[in-house]
Amino acid sequence: MDILISGLLLGGTYALVAMGLNLQYGVARIMNLANGETLVLGALAAFLAFTAISLSPLVTMLVVAPLSFAANWVAYRLLLRPLVKRAKSPGQLEVDSILATFGISFALVGLMVSIHGEYYTYSFLARPIEILGTTVAENRLVAALVAAGIGAALVGWLNFTRTGTAVRAVSVDRQAAQLVGINVARVSALAFALGGAVTATGGTLISTFITLDGSMGVIFTMKALIIVIMGGVGDLRGSIIAAIVLGLVETAVASLIDPGLTLVSAYVIFLGILLFRPQGLFGKRNA
Amino acid sequence: MTAKGWKDLVLIGVLVLAAAFVPLVTDGYWLSIAVTAMMYIALTTAWTLFSGPTHYISLATGAFFGVGGYLVATGMSDHDLPFWLMAAIAPVVSVVLAALIGAATLRLSGIYFVIFTLGLAEMIRGLVSWVQNNFLGSRGLYVLTDFTEAHIYWMLLAIAATVYVIGWLIDRSRLGFAMKIIGNDEGVAKHLGIDTARAKVLLFMVTGFFSTLVGAIVAPRYSYIEPNQVFSPELSFMVVIMALLGGTQKLWGPIIGVIPFILIWETITASFPNATTLYLGLCFLAIVYFLPNGVVGLVQKIIAKGRSA
Repeated sequence: MDILISGLLLGGTYALVAMGLNLQYGVARIMNLANGETLVLGALAAFLAFTAISLSPLVTMLVVAPLSFAANWVAYRLLLRPLVKRAKSPGQLEVDSILATFGISFALVGLMVSIHGEYYTYSFLARPIEILGTTVAENRLVAALVAAGIGAALVGWLNFTRTGTAVRAVSVDRQAAQLVGINVARVSALAFALGGAVTATGGTLISTFITLDGSMGVIFTMKALIIVIMGGVGDLRGSIIAAIVLGLVETAVASLIDPGLTLVSAYVIFLGILLFRPQGLFGKRNA
Repeated sequence: MTAKGWKDLVLIGVLVLAAAFVPLVTDGYWLSIAVTAMMYIALTTAWTLFSGPTHYISLATGAFFGVGGYLVATGMSDHDLPFWLMAAIAPVVSVVLAALIGAATLRLSGIYFVIFTLGLAEMIRGLVSWVQNNFLGSRGLYVLTDFTEAHIYWMLLAIAATVYVIGWLIDRSRLGFAMKIIGNDEGVAKHLGIDTARAKVLLFMVTGFFSTLVGAIVAPRYSYIEPNQVFSPELSFMVVIMALLGGTQKLWGPIIGVIPFILIWETITASFPNATTLYLGLCFLAIVYFLPNGVVGLVQKIIAKGRSA
């Protein structure tokens, strides 16, 4: 029961981060390997605001989201759009965007380490609270609830608004979307920026209960990638379920065997997906 | 083509001979940099063997290198086995590992392969630390041999030369021909009846073998080994950068990337140790935006322009 509740709460926060990456890869077709660093930047902002003026991370989040949206928009227009234009094949775009976002990720790590080279430790809502007979930290619960709220809003926006429908259309077929008069370049930039904002917000939330440092981004990138592939590229519903599966498995492994093995367990899941369902849990074959 | 192929081989032979004299004319600081450079030359050449023709960015170097270093250390420290036995076993272990990774990921699109290798070193490190802490008892591993820096340098040079010769032979074999077609258009290769997955996995196994051998040979240099130190994800990225900086169309391209990169890297590590990550990032960006085909590609382009003008 302990494992179930903690796993669900962790999975809820992972889901938000993976949704961010999925928007960037599924719609803008950019495999953003600096995703984890975006997350850590969100965490760093929360840490700095909390230690300097004891601002609640939930308030910082409101500043982080628009800032990250703007920064990711600019990054897409200036750095990634030229690669999309230059690419002669999807394969070449993949290689170029992987290398470029590696570059961005290392540059960000370098900057973050020079801003604050140690752990981002602060204590926010670190009070025990009891739900269904299990004791959890209040900050985990708050983070998971906020993540669920944002996730629900995002799914609603994608399904029930005009722009959201355009975003989904681009994710399904770029050329067809262009034919029906959707500005694919604009929608891609929008999806990329939105994905970045969602990821950074996730980072702010995660920083309330996990102690991060500047170089930990790659682990989160890895987990988000595994979730996106498990859930199916472009499939937000799949991402949510996959994130919860990963959250549960990691919590189970960490509490039953050894906390050092969480990445190993993520890899075992990944390997299983690659061998048996490379198209994702709910994907169609050859899709 | 054949004549030019032989010319390449002779050129490399001359370079290897010249490189073999380096430890005789220098020692101390510069020899240690030469060993580091030679280690990266061997690693990048092995990397290019697979990633050059396939365009698959492999980040598995750190994992292979770590397997080499760790197995040598644990064999010598925990079981009193001789260095050479472990240095022979480790690459074989990695070949099996490479075959498994290849079989799981290389049938699918390249992106899965990149993602899988991205966390590989970190994952194996976690697994090894866990096994060591829970079953073997956590203690440091020592690799004590009589090798000097010069010995290690010559062994690395021999590996680099061997990788080059193997690459040269593959280039002239059916496998090499198949790889060229796969690199140009995988769909065409499949229609021609080439077993593309098998060809890629085979080549990846060769890369795994030599990257691990380098890890094993370099292990005596550290003498004291911890899993955290040999399974370094950073190493994988450095190899990718140096190979791409030089250019991957030719097997000797990476050598041109390694030497300037290592010299700048050493300078930065000495004077601004906190800026190394930033340097790595900027190098990646510079390669993508300004040197998409590496220095070799740039030089070729300039020559081509000169001829047409």
